[in-house]
Amino acid sequence: MGYDCIVCVKQVPDTANITGEAMKEDGTVNRAALPAIFNPEDLNALEAALEIRDRYGGTVTAVCMGPPAASEVLRACLYRGADRVILLTDRRAAASDTLATSYILSRAIRTLGRFDFVFCGRQAIDGDTAQVGPQLAEKLGIPQVTYFESLVDLSGRSARLRRNVGNGWEVLETPLPVLVTVLESANTPRPAGARRVMRYKRARSPAEVIAAVKAEMPEASEETCEREVGRRVEHLRMAGLLIDQWDLDDIQADLAWCGLAGSPTKVYRVQSIVLKKEGYTEIPPTEEGVRRLIHELIVDHTLG
Amino acid sequence: MIEPNRQGEVWVFAEQEDATLNDVSLELCAKARELADTLGVKVGAALPGWNVRELSYRLIAHGVDRVYCVQDARLEQYRTLPYARALCALIARHRPQILLFGATALGRDLAPRVASEMRAGLTADCTDLQIGDYTDPRTKIRHEKLLLQVRPAFGGNIIATIINYDRWPQMATVREGVMALRDGDPRRGGEIIEEAVPLSEAELAVRVIERHREARKVNLKAARIIVAGGGGVGSRENFALIHELASAIGGAVGASRAAVDAGFIGKEHQIGQTGTTVRPALYIACGISGQVQHRAGMEESAKIIAINRDREAPIFGVAHYGIVGDLRQVIPMMIRAIRERAR
Ligand SMILES: Cc1cc2nc3c(=O)[nH]c(=O)nc-3n(C[C@H](O)[C@H](O)[C@H](O)COP(=O)(O)OP(=O)(O)OC[C@H]3O[C@@H](n4cnc5c(N)ncnc54)[C@H](O)[C@@H]3O)c2cc1C
Repeated sequence: MGYDCIVCVKQVPDTANITGEAMKEDGTVNRAALPAIFNPEDLNALEAALEIRDRYGGTVTAVCMGPPAASEVLRACLYRGADRVILLTDRRAAASDTLATSYILSRAIRTLGRFDFVFCGRQAIDGDTAQVGPQLAEKLGIPQVTYFESLVDLSGRSARLRRNVGNGWEVLETPLPVLVTVLESANTPRPAGARRVMRYKRARSPAEVIAAVKAEMPEASEETCEREVGRRVEHLRMAGLLIDQWDLDDIQADLAWCGLAGSPTKVYRVQSIVLKKEGYTEIPPTEEGVRRLIHELIVDHTLG
Repeated sequence: MIEPNRQGEVWVFAEQEDATLNDVSLELCAKARELADTLGVKVGAALPGWNVRELSYRLIAHGVDRVYCVQDARLEQYRTLPYARALCALIARHRPQILLFGATALGRDLAPRVASEMRAGLTADCTDLQIGDYTDPRTKIRHEKLLLQVRPAFGGNIIATIINYDRWPQMATVREGVMALRDGDPRRGGEIIEEAVPLSEAELAVRVIERHREARKVNLKAARIIVAGGGGVGSRENFALIHELASAIGGAVGASRAAVDAGFIGKEHQIGQTGTTVRPALYIACGISGQVQHRAGMEESAKIIAINRDREAPIFGVAHYGIVGDLRQVIPMMIRAIRERAR
């Protein structure tokens, strides 16, 4: 019994704190120069899944599409209680727009097999599009409930979910499986469990192992490196610390629907924000100055 | 997915709830009119719902030539799947080249579902839409008269222009208040076309059990004048100054997120990226630094007055009038000046 939940999580640059140094010559953002964080609402999505498992039984599997470094958010999922984590990484997936991303995620979820819930954060702070959730639901051919705030009822093959639509709320009854996008206000994500941190802090994905071996043994031959990687990966597997890693072949993705080729939207131009330098009329902070300003506004019909 | 077709109309999804049109749809009609005139094609509106035919006249008054009305009792309350089915069926039948949605809670739920089924591109939260040409730097192929979809990205730190040249319709969502709401012309003529779309059992499986709507208490979008206070106001008590100035000048009260977070005023007053987008005739920013997330919601105001004691504050970069000084002194001066005039 219980419910099998899949959570899609993303590692994002911390866009709240972009400084000048993070901009490249061509006006694009240098993601590498920004601290990478767990997309905030994805933590709420993870929490929603964990709460269902804790209450009704079942499993929580976290899936993250991204570069090898995104393994970090998967460790964060393990620390909080995820049963299984999967890194989806493949250079051919780079430059995917939301449609291509949702296709790739749908292939990964189909590869996992049976599930009852897919949870996503409402949106990721690097794009703010809120599109991947609904698009993924469509690709999976299942209903979607966006802006989830609380679970009203769950029994058998049907769930009642409350969603917040900004100017009000509603309760939807949906059959399972269903895809749910979660709002920040839905819950308070649990902190990492100290025991689980001790246990999983050494968990690694194969891609991370390769990077580590290359860094530690820059002089070694390819063969030696490969052998060392194989040894370490086997060691991690035995210890239950290997993060599953899939590429596009593992999920039998059709490359025509992935990456740049699979993305109907293309970036035509990117400009960094520059403040208008037109200048303004300075009004002295005096009774006389302010009176003149009000007069001017009345004359030009802004007031009155 | 449909192939690019130059005769395709420019469409707006006409969002309604309880048979009341959302203003954002009317804002989009005016924009669609502009785009369609540039392209030399007609403007269409997709209007799914129940007992909504009457709304067609307002759409026509705001620039629509053809309203495609899908009336079905099962579409009375919005549900994602049947609405998506209705839209996809209309797109397949009439092949519009552009389809615009309001970036409302409903629009942001529906548009991606439709885009995914059509395998078409979708750009969220556009702040500007234009028609322009594009030459692919790799293939040197020239694509004419594309929809240029302009949007802020990366938390508002960059502006990206997005195009979609092969998998149509070209779809975009636009936030409320970003495009101007024009007066409609009740004498404009247009066609109303009733359409039927079959709905399957599976598409109707999700049910609305309970539904609750709150009337919007603060109507910042309709305000001609807004007096907004920020973190610099300093306290809830000081915020009374903002209310006083607003009432003296006949304006509504707005706030930055810092003021909302500090508890000076409720979140429904917040202006900016995660609040309301406004474009009043006059915006008075008091003790607001003018971070990009705030500016995103107010920089289209016709006139901006900034009061800030820091000469370097970014708000002055978008201001028409700047007063470098302490708002606790300047605001009472303004109130006095206004009362004097009124006498
Ligand atoms: C994802 C995201 C979304 C956001 N969305 C929004 C949004 O929708 N709206 C929004 O507003 N912000 C938003 N923010 C926050 C934004 O980045 C700023 O933090 C916020 O706007 C700062 O508010 P403030 O300028 O009022 O406050 P502060 O940064 O505290 O600035 C106060 C200003 O008041 C001046 N001042 C102080 N005392 C006085 C005085 N006595 N007289 C005159 N001037 C004085 C200071 O010089 C300073 O410029 C968002 C941030 C993020 C990351």
